[in-house]
Amino acid sequence: MAEAHSPLAQFEIHPLGGPIHIGGLDVSFTNSALWMVLAVAGITAFMLLGTRKQAIVPGRWQSLCEGMYDFVSGLLKENVGNEGRKYFPFVFSLFMFILFCNLFGLLPGAFTVTSHIVVTAALALFVFFMVTIIGVVRHGLHFFSYFVPQGAPVWLLPLMIPIEVLSYFIRPLSLSVRLFANMVAGHVMLTVIGGFVFALGIWAGWVPLAFVTVIFGLELLIACLQAYVFTILTCIYLHDAIHLH
Amino acid sequence: MPQFDPTYFAPQLVWLGITFLALYLLMSKLILPRINGIFAQREDRIDGNLQRAEALKEEAAQVLAAYQKAIADARAQAQGALAKAAADIAAETAAREAEFGRKMADQTAAAEAGIRTAKAQALADVRGVAAEVAGMMAGKLVGAPADAGAVVQAVDSVMKERAR
Repeated sequence: MAEAHSPLAQFEIHPLGGPIHIGGLDVSFTNSALWMVLAVAGITAFMLLGTRKQAIVPGRWQSLCEGMYDFVSGLLKENVGNEGRKYFPFVFSLFMFILFCNLFGLLPGAFTVTSHIVVTAALALFVFFMVTIIGVVRHGLHFFSYFVPQGAPVWLLPLMIPIEVLSYFIRPLSLSVRLFANMVAGHVMLTVIGGFVFALGIWAGWVPLAFVTVIFGLELLIACLQAYVFTILTCIYLHDAIHLH
Repeated sequence: MPQFDPTYFAPQLVWLGITFLALYLLMSKLILPRINGIFAQREDRIDGNLQRAEALKEEAAQVLAAYQKAIADARAQAQGALAKAAADIAAETAAREAEFGRKMADQTAAAEAGIRTAKAQALADVRGVAAEVAGMMAGKLVGAPADAGAVVQAVDSVMKERAR
């Protein structure tokens, strides 16, 4: 651990095994892919083992699994209503994937999948296009009335419509950057302050160690919070697409 | 920053697609139906228990009604038996009283008849003795035996006067 790592070294991607190319496309299995697979395996194991007894009166673990289900299902119901029910598997998968990637990223030596803008942008763009397509399929051309604010004076419309359009198209950007930036900032901070522990040695190193402990707790909170924020925003966008305001 | 190095954009996106699709399929086909099943089972169980409780309550009400009916029947039967016993006793008493009364009447009648015959006998005896004494006395007084028919007639007239 004594080697002088840059705080950004933890975000480096390298292929495990050799590079794999299929039809000119690089599909190498990298450390990022490994942690994605681990997240999916972790979620499946967590949910499967938790519900293995299928008990009428749930134990602690099963309660946790049911709590996850109820939490996401509640989010969807509150924000979208009953029409959102059919998107539940997607929203649940999204929440669990981001949550587990964020939390696994906090394990020592782990790679944080969600600290890469490509990943968060891909998720955000997928949500963006999905929501837009749902809106257009449900409402046809009427969907574009979404960009015309109701009750605004007509003379303000030339200003309001571009603002609405801009705010709509900026959604995937804010969605992806929020998650990406939070993850990167947290991990950089942990690494930098963690580096001070070694730099200050046995006598003064306790101070940054205390800091890093507190900040680690904060990062746990942020990992959960950002998964929640991504999910609830997805729900709100779904609401807009289905109900148009 | 390694995040802006496009070398590994493609593999990340490919593996994100693969893993997320796998996760989606696992969740939608396996995990979520499983949890739905648990919820449905729980609801069924609760509904079943509620129904059973309802049935038990109804049964209890039926048992209570049957019990109350049995009690009422038993009470009615007891009252019937009591009334019958009272009637029997009354009838028996009446019958005995009647018999006793009849016996008493018979005995009284027999006694009265006895008294009457005894009285008549006594009167007849008295009449005979009186007639004999009167005849003897009249014979002593007159010195000659009196006419028996006249003596009897005289005694009869005196006895009739006394009996009045």
